[in-house]
Formats: sequence, structure tokens, C-alpha cells
Amino acid sequence: MRSQSRITFYLLLTPLVLWLGLLIIIPHIDMLLISLRERISFGVYETSLAQYEKALTEPLYLRTFWRTAVMSVLATALTLMIAFPVSYYIAKMAKGRLQQVLFLLCLIPFYVSELVRTFGWMILLRETGLVSNLLQWVGLADRPIELLYTDATMMVGLVYTSMLFMVVPLVTTLESLDDSVIEAGYDLGGSGLSVLREIIIPHAMPGIVSGCIVVFMLSLGNYLTPTMLGGKDSLWFTEMIYNQFIVRSNWELGAAFGFMLLVLSSVIVWGMLWLTGRTLKETMG
Amino acid sequence: MIPTIPQSRSFRILYGGYVALFFLYLALPLTVVAVFAFNDSQFPSLPWEGFTWNWFFGEERPQIGVFHERGILRSVGTSAFVALCVAIMSVCVGTTNAFLFNRYEFRGKGFLYVLMLLPLVIPGIVLGISVLVFSSTLANGVWDMAQIDIQALRPGLLLVILGQFSFITTIATLVISARLQKFDRTLEEAALNLGADRLTAVRTITLPFLAPAMIGAVVVAFLMSFENFNTTLMLVGSDAPLTIAMFDRLKEGSTPLLNAVSLLLMLGSSLLALMLILFQKRG
Repeated sequence: MRSQSRITFYLLLTPLVLWLGLLIIIPHIDMLLISLRERISFGVYETSLAQYEKALTEPLYLRTFWRTAVMSVLATALTLMIAFPVSYYIAKMAKGRLQQVLFLLCLIPFYVSELVRTFGWMILLRETGLVSNLLQWVGLADRPIELLYTDATMMVGLVYTSMLFMVVPLVTTLESLDDSVIEAGYDLGGSGLSVLREIIIPHAMPGIVSGCIVVFMLSLGNYLTPTMLGGKDSLWFTEMIYNQFIVRSNWELGAAFGFMLLVLSSVIVWGMLWLTGRTLKETMG
Repeated sequence: MIPTIPQSRSFRILYGGYVALFFLYLALPLTVVAVFAFNDSQFPSLPWEGFTWNWFFGEERPQIGVFHERGILRSVGTSAFVALCVAIMSVCVGTTNAFLFNRYEFRGKGFLYVLMLLPLVIPGIVLGISVLVFSSTLANGVWDMAQIDIQALRPGLLLVILGQFSFITTIATLVISARLQKFDRTLEEAALNLGADRLTAVRTITLPFLAPAMIGAVVVAFLMSFENFNTTLMLVGSDAPLTIAMFDRLKEGSTPLLNAVSLLLMLGSSLLALMLILFQKRG
């Protein structure tokens, strides 16, 4: 490298290093250090694993942790199953203008704040809400029913919130599948099901993986939907982090929770990449 | 299962019905929010008490409209300020990142690239608390050493901006890199041959080529910042951006005022989004 280009290189490298160093790497190391200490008395701390011990022995914490993980996986699977036929319809069945309009219709709700979407579900599902009124009017219920604050409602909200992040990668990969390949599958005697299993799904795999990763991440890290739509029993791990940090001011335990969430999400994301033999660069970049 | 392959009629109807149901599911919550913004009642729920514009323009209690509600207006201003800062900062850093990854081969490039992608796979709330923890460690350190209390490092707008910037920059980098990759380097070389120096060549040839992606990144960053909730929640101080202000009100019970704000938000962001899509189609 010539000297001028060397200077340019360092000038370009500086913002990247400052950003990643000061806002991502060092803060996370700091968070790890804080989670590894125990408050002995005012202003006196000792290095210990006490926070993690507390997190792993207290049944409520541990149960919430696993519940959040399992529910997020479930939400991801549901989102995939609901989104796949729709994405296929947009990518392969709809043509021309209809295709563009349908794709746009999928995008627009997600330019609207998550808070607004959650608020919409609250209006629909609460005791005095539209669905409850509709059920009474049809005669399926004889008094107002509360549909909020259950796991099922929370699931509806979670799936809704992250739908876009499944539909977009799926449509993109499915669009790149040549129609003639599908025709060839039928010509060779394949049934609809076998064509789906042996041609369409393998081709859509990159889209499925990146969609699932993003949706899983968003569900795991969601705070609004579980808080507003979920019930007393559907405590989410992010709510516990918030409680420790803001309500109880117990930063040590909160940091430990934060780290557990980070580890959980990393393990699942890397696991998914490893299982499908892909890299983060291919999937996100 | 493509139009050229014949399918049974019932299958086609079933499939079409499913897709229609899906779009109903997408539209339902937003439609409901929009419609109840016009309900002449204290609650955004049935019964329908008649149509009113009061939740937008009303000046008296109990129906103070959006345009006369100071708290909401102030938080819109705060959100816009934060979003503008985040958009400008993240596009600047995103552009330098794009040049770095596109133009230079260096040791550790692959590693840095993966590191650059990481903010996308860190939950927003964890990003928030890590910035919170680090800034307060800094503030405490400065206090211990020099007895100076740096207010900027306590929860507040600066931290909100930095927290959002920390992951929106990744998105800006990806958007701008994608366009820079399509750039034909020979154009820049031609400018150099014609006697331009490097900086002039980049300024007059490369940056105009990148402009659509940079504008797109500004809009996306602005929208993401405006709507961000998780990271902001952990870093917010006394002046709350709109999403936090609305969340606080929603917890206390909602009036159609919130519907009116939401409707305006929807209109604003879909307008921006549509403009962006049309703009990119042209570009």
C-alpha cells in the first residue's frame, strides 16, 4: 500500500473500530464483569459466580428462561408454517402487478411501530374488544370474554410482529427458483408433495434459515408483546432483565440475566447455522 | 403448484382463501387502531359513540386532540431529534465501513466483517443494558478520579442515540455496501486518468453513484430509530421519545388519543416507506 492509501485505510478503519469497540465489545465485556461480582457492602464488591448461581437455582428464573426459549422456538416454527404458503403464493402464483401489490401489503404494516400493532391486538382481544363483542353477537358467548393475557394471545402477537422477517427472505429465495425446474419435477412423475419436499424446500433453505434466525432473535428479545398481551404466568426473560435493572436496581443479577439471554441466542443462532452448513456472512450480509 | 401446472379447483379456492385470510390477519389490528381514532368516547372500544375529529383537533378536556397535547408533541420532537442524529451518524459510519470492506484487503477482514454483523443478532434489550452498564462505569470512574459528574453518561438522550446507533449502523453498512459492490471501478480510474486526485474522483463519481443507497439508508435508519422500543427502554432518561411516552400511557389505560397518534404514525411511516420504494424503483 502506498503511503496515501495507507492513511485513507486507517481513516476508514477508525470509525469502525470506535463503533464496535466502544459500543459493542467493551460494553459487553463490562457487562460480563459486572455479572461476575457480588456486593459485599456499600461500594465493596467481590468477584464471584453468585449471580449465576442465583439465576440457576431459583426456580422462577430458570423456568422463565426455558419457557422463553421454548416459546420463541414455537413462535418461529409457527411463523414459518404460516408464512411459507403465503410467500410461495406471492413468489410463484401471483404475477405482475398483483405480485407487487401483495408484497407491498406485506411490507407496509411493519413500517408501523410495534407498539401500534400490539395496541391493535389489545383493542381486538380485550374483554370489551371487538372479538368478544362479535362472539356475543353471533351467539357463541353469552357474556364478555377476556381473550388477552394468555399464552395463545401472546403467540398471536409474537407471530404477527415478526412475520415480515420471514416473508421477505422466503419470497426472495422462492422467486429465484425457475418455474421450469418445478415443471420438470412434475414431468418426471413427482406429486405435489414430493416436488415440495425435494425441490422447493431445499431451494428455499437459505431463506428459511435466515428468516428463522431473525424471527427467533426478535421473539426472544421481545419485551412489548409479552408485557402487553401475555398474562401473569407468561413472564418473559426480557421482563426479568428490565425488572432487575430498572425496578430493583440489582444490576449484577440483571447483567447475569442479560448474559444468559445473549448466550442462549448465540447458541441457537450458531446451532442453526451449523446444522445447515451456512455462515453468518451468507445469511445476514 | 405453479400456474402452468393444472390444479384442482377446490385446491385453488382453498389456497386463495388461505392467502386472503393471511392478509386479513395482517390488516386487522391496524385497521382497528385507525377506525377507533374517530370514536366519540373515552375508550377505544365498542360501543361506537359516533364520529368525531376531536382526538386530533379537540382543545378541551376530556377530549384533547393530538395537536393540542403538549406531552405527545414534545415526545414527537424528541423522537425526531434522536432519529435524525442516529440516521446521520449511522449513514456516515456505514459509508466509511462500506468503502473499507469493499476497497481494502487486510488481515482480520473476515473477522471484522462478522463482528460488524453481530449487532443484528444481539437482542435489543441486551444492547441497551450493555451500553447502560458501560456508560455508568465510565461516569463512576470519572467521578472517583476527578469528582466531576458527567450527566451525559447517565440515562438520557445521548445514551438513547448511541444505543440505537450501535445496531442501526450495521443495517446502513449493509445497504450502502450492496450498492458499492455494483460500482464499476473503471469509472473512478477514468477520472484519475483525466487528472482528478483520489478525493475528487470519489466525491464527483463514486458518491453520486452511492447517493440513492445513502438516502435509502437515511430513511430506513430514521424509521428504525423512530420506532425503536427495546433499546430505548433501557436507556431513556427524563425526556421520553414517542414510543416510550405512548407505552407509559398505554399502561395506565388508553383513550382514542393513542389511536389518533398511532394513525398519524402509520400515515407518516407508510408515506416515507412508499416514497422510499418508489425512489428506489426509479434509481
